[in-house]
Amino acid sequence: MTSREKILAAVKQNQPESVPMPDIAFLTGEPVEATEKFVTTLTTIGGRVYRVGSYDEIAAIVKQNYTGGQRIITLIPELAEITTEVFAPQPAAHHLQDVELAVLKAHFGVAENGAVWVTEELLGHRALPFITQHLAVVVNAADIVPTMHQAYARNIDLSYGYGAFIAGPSKTADIEQSLVIGAHGSRSMTVFLMG
Amino acid sequence: MHTEGKDHAELADIFNKDEKRVDWHDETLWFIRAKRDKAVHQLPEWEDLRNTASQIKHNVLSNLDKYLVEFEAQAQANGITVHWAADAAEHNRIVHQLIKDEGVTQMVKSKSMLTEECGLNEYLAEHGIEVIDSDLGERIVQLAKEPPSHIVLPCIHKKKGEIGDLFHMYLGTPSGLDDPQQLTEAARIHLRDTFLTRKVALTGVNFAIAETGEFVVCTNEGNADMGAHLANVHIACMGIEKIIPQRKHLSVFLRLLTRSATGQPITTYSSHFKKPREGQQMHLVLVDNGRTVQLGREEFRNSLKCIRCGACMNTCPVYRRSGGHSYHTAVAGPIGSILAPNLDMKKYADLPFASTLCGSCSNVCPVKIDIHDQLYKWRQVLVKEGYAPTVKKVGMQVMTTTLNSPTVYRLAGKMGRIVMKYAPFAVNNGLNPWYKNRDMPEPPKESFGEWYKKNRK
Repeated sequence: MTSREKILAAVKQNQPESVPMPDIAFLTGEPVEATEKFVTTLTTIGGRVYRVGSYDEIAAIVKQNYTGGQRIITLIPELAEITTEVFAPQPAAHHLQDVELAVLKAHFGVAENGAVWVTEELLGHRALPFITQHLAVVVNAADIVPTMHQAYARNIDLSYGYGAFIAGPSKTADIEQSLVIGAHGSRSMTVFLMG
Repeated sequence: MHTEGKDHAELADIFNKDEKRVDWHDETLWFIRAKRDKAVHQLPEWEDLRNTASQIKHNVLSNLDKYLVEFEAQAQANGITVHWAADAAEHNRIVHQLIKDEGVTQMVKSKSMLTEECGLNEYLAEHGIEVIDSDLGERIVQLAKEPPSHIVLPCIHKKKGEIGDLFHMYLGTPSGLDDPQQLTEAARIHLRDTFLTRKVALTGVNFAIAETGEFVVCTNEGNADMGAHLANVHIACMGIEKIIPQRKHLSVFLRLLTRSATGQPITTYSSHFKKPREGQQMHLVLVDNGRTVQLGREEFRNSLKCIRCGACMNTCPVYRRSGGHSYHTAVAGPIGSILAPNLDMKKYADLPFASTLCGSCSNVCPVKIDIHDQLYKWRQVLVKEGYAPTVKKVGMQVMTTTLNSPTVYRLAGKMGRIVMKYAPFAVNNGLNPWYKNRDMPEPPKESFGEWYKKNRK
C-alpha cells in the first residue's frame, strides 16, 4: 500500500459524517464608499496613493521622483517615456535584481485591506513586484471592490498560473514588534488611482 | 536551548527567573492581542465570518478524502507534482530526495510550521544540506540555534540587543547596533544574496483549494515569493487539513487570518500558486503525520480546523508568562497543547495542564475551535491512560481518601490548621507547590463544622 492509499483509507475511515457546505453569499460586508476607503486603508498600511486622470500625469510624477541613472521598467505601453529600457519578459529573473522602480497594471483593488490583484501576464515575471526596490501599480478607480467577498466573486480570467493580492510595501515587525517597512519585497508601494 | 526531559512547569520556571523579561513578553503579546481586538471590532459581521469559517472547515473534515483527491487531480492538471507523506520521516525523505535530484546542497526556506513539526532542518543538516530560513524572525532564531517560540512571531522572546549581537557575529553589523530598521536592512541584504543563489526553495501553505488545485501562501515580508520565483524548484509542504473546498472560500479565511494574528486587514502578499512558471518544477507534499488519527478522535478533531493565526497564544495568560519554548513542541500555546498529545501522549502529557482553562483562547479563535474544552478533555484522557505526573497522581489519591471519609476530612482540616498556626514554615517553603509565587493564606481559627457545633443552641 502506498502512503497515498494509506492516508486516504485512514481519512475515509476516520472522518465524521458528511456535513453540507455553508452558503457564503450572505457575507457582503458593510456598504462603503469603496474608493475613499481604499485610499484610507492603503495609506494606513504604509502605501501611497495618487488620484490621477491620465498616464501623462503618472509619467510626470515618476519623473519628478526618479532622476536618471536608476533602472525603471514598465509593461504599460502608455508609460514608455518613463524608461529607456525595453522590458521583455523572460523565464529568468536574476537580471531584475537592480530594478529601482517597476510600474505595473493591476486588475482591481480591495477597499477593506488596500490590496490590488495582479496576475502573471501583468508582471512580466513573477518575481518583479518583489525584487524591485519600489513598486507602483496603476488601477482604475472604478475597479475598487468593497471586500474580499466581491474580490473573489469578480468574473475574472482564472487561467492564471500565478496571482497575488499585494497590499502595501513589504514589512516586518519581527524585531521587538517595531514595524519596519521594507523587508525582502519592495520598500514602498504607490498606487495610481486612474479616473 | 536544552529542553530535553523537562516539562512545561520546569521550563516556565527557567523563563520566570528573569521577571523583567517576563513582564515585557507579557505586555508585548497583550499589545498584539489588543491590536487584534481593534481590527475585529471594526467588522460587524465578525461572528458570521467565524461561524462560516468553522462550518467550511467542518465540511472539509467530513469530506476530506474527496477534497484531497480532487485537489490532487487539479494540481496535477496544472503541472504540479503531488507527493504523499504518511509521517515526518517520509516527508523529510521526500524533500531531501528533491534537493538531491536538483544536484544541490543548499535550500532557502520560508516559514512552515509543518517542517518544524517534522524536524526537517535537523534532518537535512545531518544529510549535509544547508537550509537558510528567510523569514526574518526565523532567521534570527536559526542564528541563535533555537526553535521559534511563536508560530507567527518566531523570535518574540528576543530583545533587540540580543538580535544585534547575533547580527554582529554572523552578518558583520557594527557591534552594539540594535536599531530594528538597520538590523532589518542588514538581513535584507544578506537574504537577497541567498534568494538570488538558491536553486531550491521551500514554502509552507496557508490554504490549498480543491476546486482549482492552487495553493495560497501569505507573508508580510515577501520572502516566500522571493525564494519561489527565483528558484528552479519550488517545494510546498502542507498538512492534509489545509484544504478548503472552493476559491471563493478564501475570502472568508483571508479576512479572518491576519486580523486575528496581528490586527492587519490582510498580509502584504497573498500569493496564489497554480502552475509552475516556465522552466520551473513545482512540488507539493501532502503530510499526514498523525492528522488522520486526530480526525478519528471525535472530541479532538476540531483542532484540525486551525489556520495557525496565533491568536490563542497572544491572549493566553500562561503562554504570555511562560514563553513559547516552555511548551517543548513546534506549535506552542493553547492550540499546540491540544495538537501535541495527539502525536505523543507520553512526551506531551504536561501540556494540557499548562492552562488556566479560562477560555480566552476559544473566544478569539477565528475558526471557533473549542480549545479550552479540549484542554480539559485531554486531561481526562491523559489521566485515564496513566500519563499524569506522579505528584498529581499521589495528590489525587490523598484527596480521594480524605474527601471519602468525614472523619479523615475533619482530622485533616484540624491538622492543617494546627500546622499552619504553630509551624507556618512547614507549608511556607519551596516544597509546597501552593507556596509558589504566593503566600499561604491565614488559617481559619476553626472549621465551619466546629463553629456550628458550638453555636447551634
